[in-house]
Amino acid sequence: MADLLPEHPEFLWHNPTPKKSYDAVIVGGGGHGLATAYFLAKNHGMTNIAVLEKGWLAGGNMARNTTIIRSNYLWDESAAIYEHALKLWEILPEELEYDFLFSQRGVMNLAHTLGDVRESMRRVGANKLNGVDAEWLDPQQVKELCPILNISDNIRYPVMGATYQPRAGIAKHDHVAWAFARKCDELGVDIIQNCEVTGFLKDGNRVVGVKTSQGTIHTEKVGLCAAGHSSVLAEMAGFRLPIQSHPLQALVSELHEPVHPTVVMSNHVHVYVSQAHKGELVMGAGVDSYNGYGQRGSFHVIEHQMAAAVELFPIFARAHVLRTWGGIVDTTLDASPIVGTTPVDNMFVNCGWGTGGFKGTPAAGLTFAHTIATGTPHELNRPFALERFETGALIDEHGAAAVAH
Amino acid sequence: MLLISCPNCGSRDETEFHYGGQAHVPYPENPNELNDREWAEFLFYRDNTKGAFAERWLHSTGCRQWFNMLRDTVTYEIQAVYPMGTARPDAAAAAPDSGTASTAPDSTTTGTTAPDISGTSTTPASTPAPEGATT
Repeated sequence: MADLLPEHPEFLWHNPTPKKSYDAVIVGGGGHGLATAYFLAKNHGMTNIAVLEKGWLAGGNMARNTTIIRSNYLWDESAAIYEHALKLWEILPEELEYDFLFSQRGVMNLAHTLGDVRESMRRVGANKLNGVDAEWLDPQQVKELCPILNISDNIRYPVMGATYQPRAGIAKHDHVAWAFARKCDELGVDIIQNCEVTGFLKDGNRVVGVKTSQGTIHTEKVGLCAAGHSSVLAEMAGFRLPIQSHPLQALVSELHEPVHPTVVMSNHVHVYVSQAHKGELVMGAGVDSYNGYGQRGSFHVIEHQMAAAVELFPIFARAHVLRTWGGIVDTTLDASPIVGTTPVDNMFVNCGWGTGGFKGTPAAGLTFAHTIATGTPHELNRPFALERFETGALIDEHGAAAVAH
Repeated sequence: MLLISCPNCGSRDETEFHYGGQAHVPYPENPNELNDREWAEFLFYRDNTKGAFAERWLHSTGCRQWFNMLRDTVTYEIQAVYPMGTARPDAAAAAPDSGTASTAPDSTTTGTTAPDISGTSTTPASTPAPEGATT
C-alpha cells in the first residue's frame, strides 16, 4: 500500500486585511516568500511583516514542481547553500511541527555517455570534498537500488552508471508551504492572498511602499520572491534582472503500487522520475526553449520526456498520464540563483532559482531573511549577488550540477 | 506545439526550429569603450517581456535561415513574422513602454564592417504575416 497522508488541522493561517504599513513586505507567497517571512520572524524578530500573494498561497511554482531535494552541486558556492538547505530540510519537520513527508530515499543522477561518466565522477569528488554525501554507482549497483531501471546496453542511451546522494529525496510540496504558513501566522506575519503588486512607491532611490490591488501599503523594506515574474516586478521598480522566464512542464501518472524506491534523474535524456507517497509517478522535463509566462508549454517536450522515461523504465509503458502542467521558471545564464541587494535601496531580490527552486526553499528563506534584516548578505548567499554578472564571478552550474536543462 | 510560419518554407512544427531569444540586440558599436556594467548588459541582460515580445528563430531543419517573430509570451499567439534587419512591426504603435530595444538596429550584424548576413536573398520582399496576426 502507498502511504496515507496525514490529516491537516482545521485551519492553518488567517486571512487578514493589509495594514497601512509594515516593517517589511515580501512579494510572493510561495515557498521562498513564506520561508523568508518565517526566518525574518524567527531569526530576526521582525514580526510586523506581510507576505503578499497575487493568487492563492503556494499556487505558483510551489504547486508545480517535482519536489526533488538534493545538494550534489559541483561548485563550492552551490554545494554550500544547497547542502545548508538539505540540513534545514532534515530539521524543519520538527521545528515547524509539521510532518511534510520529507523522505530521504536518495537521488540518482544517471550517466549515459563517457562525458557524463567523467562529469559525474568529478562531481562525486567535488561533493565529497564539500562534505556532501555522494557516491559513484556502476550499472549493477544502479539496478540493485532501482530494480525497475533498464540497464541493458542495447538502448539508445544506456545507463553507464550514476551518482547517488543517499540523503537526498522528496517532500510533499503543499505541506511544506502550509507548514511555513502556519508558523508565519503564529509568529504574527500577515499572509495576504489575492493581493497583486501593481507598482512601488519610491522616495528618490529608496522604496517606501507597495501599490497593490488591495491598496497602498507603506513599508521600510521590500523582498521580491516572485520567481518567474521577478522581471516584471523589477521593471516596475525601475531596474532589470538577467532573468529569462521559461515554461517548465511536469506530469503525473495514475496511482500505482510502490514500484520506484528512489529518485532517478537523467540530465542527458531530460527526464526525472520519482513516485509520490500516494503512488503517482511524478516526472519532470527540461524547459521549453522559448520565453513564456503562460504556465504551459509545448507537447513535444512531454513526448520527448515520455520517450526517455519509457526507455529507462519499460514498466511505465502502460501507465496512463493523469495530468500535465507547467510552471514559469526564472532562469539565469549561469543556472544559479540571485539572492541579494538590488539597485533600489531597501529592495532585495531572491530569484533565478530556475528549475531547482524547491530544494533551495529553506536556504533561500534563511539567507534572504538575513539579507533583508541586516541589509547585507549572509555568507551563503554572498556569491549569489546580482553583481556577479558585472564582475564575471559566475557560478556556472550549467551542465555541471546534474541539472536537467 | 507552436505552428510557426517560416518566411521561406511556410508553416512548420516548432520542433523544426531553434529559439534565439530576444531580437534587436545590437553588438556594441564601440566594444573597447564599454565598462563592466555595459558588458554585463550586453552579455547577460535581455528583456523578459510579459506580452508582445520580438524574438529570433532559426529554421534549423528547414531553410536554416534566421528570422524574427513577434509573439505574445502569455498566450503564445504569434503576431507577426518578419525578416532580420527590419524594424519590429508594432514598433511605432508600442513605442513608449513596450521594451527598450524595439527600434534598435538588428542584432545579427556584428558592427558596421561585418558582412550583411541579416537580409537573406531568399526572403520575400514583403513577408506575409501568418494567420492570426494582429499587426
